[in-house]
Amino acid sequence: MAVSDATGPRVVVVGAGPAGIRAAEALVAGGLTPIVIDEGERAGGQIYRRPPQGFTRPPEVLYGSEAGKAVALHRTFDSLAAAGRLVHHSRSSVIAIADGRLQVLDGTGSRWISYDRLILATGAMDRVLPVPGWETAGVYGLGAMQIALKAQGAALGRRIVLAGTGPLLTLLAVQLLKAGAQVAAVLDTSSMRQQLRGFSGLAARPLFALRGLMMRRSLGRLYHAGVRLDRIEADERGPVAALWRDGAGREQRTPCDAVGLGWHLRAETRLADLAGCDFAYDETWRQWLPQADAMGRAGRGVYLAGDGLRILGADGAEVAGRLAAVACLQDLGLPAAGVSSEKRRLARFSRFAHGVAQAFPWPSHAATGLPDETVVCRCEGVTAGELRKTADFGGGEVNRVKSLGRVGMGRCQGRYCELAASEIVAGSAGHACAAAAGRLRGQAPVRPAPISALLQDSAGNG
Amino acid sequence: MSVAAGEAAGRLVRLAETDRPPLRFFLDGVQRGALTGDTVLSAVLSVAPALRRSEFGPEARAGFCLMGACQDCWIWQEDGPRLRACSTPLIEGMRLLSDAPGEWP
Repeated sequence: MAVSDATGPRVVVVGAGPAGIRAAEALVAGGLTPIVIDEGERAGGQIYRRPPQGFTRPPEVLYGSEAGKAVALHRTFDSLAAAGRLVHHSRSSVIAIADGRLQVLDGTGSRWISYDRLILATGAMDRVLPVPGWETAGVYGLGAMQIALKAQGAALGRRIVLAGTGPLLTLLAVQLLKAGAQVAAVLDTSSMRQQLRGFSGLAARPLFALRGLMMRRSLGRLYHAGVRLDRIEADERGPVAALWRDGAGREQRTPCDAVGLGWHLRAETRLADLAGCDFAYDETWRQWLPQADAMGRAGRGVYLAGDGLRILGADGAEVAGRLAAVACLQDLGLPAAGVSSEKRRLARFSRFAHGVAQAFPWPSHAATGLPDETVVCRCEGVTAGELRKTADFGGGEVNRVKSLGRVGMGRCQGRYCELAASEIVAGSAGHACAAAAGRLRGQAPVRPAPISALLQDSAGNG
Repeated sequence: MSVAAGEAAGRLVRLAETDRPPLRFFLDGVQRGALTGDTVLSAVLSVAPALRRSEFGPEARAGFCLMGACQDCWIWQEDGPRLRACSTPLIEGMRLLSDAPGEWP
């Protein structure tokens, strides 16, 4: 582990969303000057992402009912940064972690930053299911469509079909309609019956659940539950229609020029992997997740907070960020605030998140049943059929399948194909569960880096 | 070309924040209009349906995640390194290419 500098232990926070901002704030309250590394231009993360300077829509338009929380987070971070109480590296990516040091890439090149303690608040991304035709230009994650609207004031098509499941599906549809975009259909792969299974969990946050139901109702006949998405029909320019089956099994065709896909969220865990955290397969989320105690301690001086540890949403991330920072301060022997009420809040958010996961599941059977010609890996154009053939040679283990068939080796490092590929490999190998196909090992750099950055690395710069 | 004239060919529809100061850039050598604060992705997709060709299939690509995770939106420049279009602010006079420069294998 790296040595402390003259001003006290060096704590680095990766990510400046709700978890990272609250963690930094709590560290400052404990007398430290944390370094915050974030890929965004301005702090806020994805959910509270801010448009560039010069945009004029007020927070109420950008963040709706969550405007107050967004503004509070932005103000907190900006005032700490302006007062020099933290060091903010914006538009900077951590691409590797080794021996208590982070390799950080920004517009000028790469360098190494050492840490005594590390708080990872890396957030989440769209959880996607490959669909025949999804490789065409004009198919996006739901999160991407929300970012285009929030940060650029734009829609990514003139006639948009949204498909998948989860809270964002409904929320984005409402936001797009309110902004004047045309939404042709909202296709939810979760049935009403399935959604009711999440009821007891969702009741842990009645106001949130009710707000979601009212938004859903406002979509009227645009919204369809229990849908099976069959195919995205495309020409050389992009999507022309979504082909789907309704709850009664009838074939439907909705003309469109853009499709948004997303099945709730998945945790971004690559840096936790490089930092040496333990992982366990989570049946509820059908994903390998890093392990930490109730405060976020993951061992080796690493702490995890926010959606990168558990998908608890933005409010849960704020609490988890504070808890991780408090754990870090305690472990350093520094004074820290009490956390018993925060832990109770987090338990409530956990019950709600479990309800969301039950109500809006990722349809793993749809992945195992994908037609052979479906592109699974968008980066390298590997199809489900090629993947199944490779799995037959690879003994049903995802790292061997990656070596043989390149799924997970592309530029995104498997972030968008890994979950589906695991299900397909497991199905092909006759495993009862995707967990038996193993866990794709993380590899540095976790973002593409110019060769010059890696040459600097081997020269031991930093 | 004016912003309005380009929109017919583009994928992206501007719904708000349209009175920002204009910017010029070049796509495949042709001068195009955009707005200050646009990302490279927004600027290109407001006048064109895609950013690049896929290296492994016949289809074009226009980005996927818009948050720097999927790496689908890399775009060529006439001069200098490729850019991740979703997270790079457009700069006045940028010269972008929808396909690899000639000498690229």
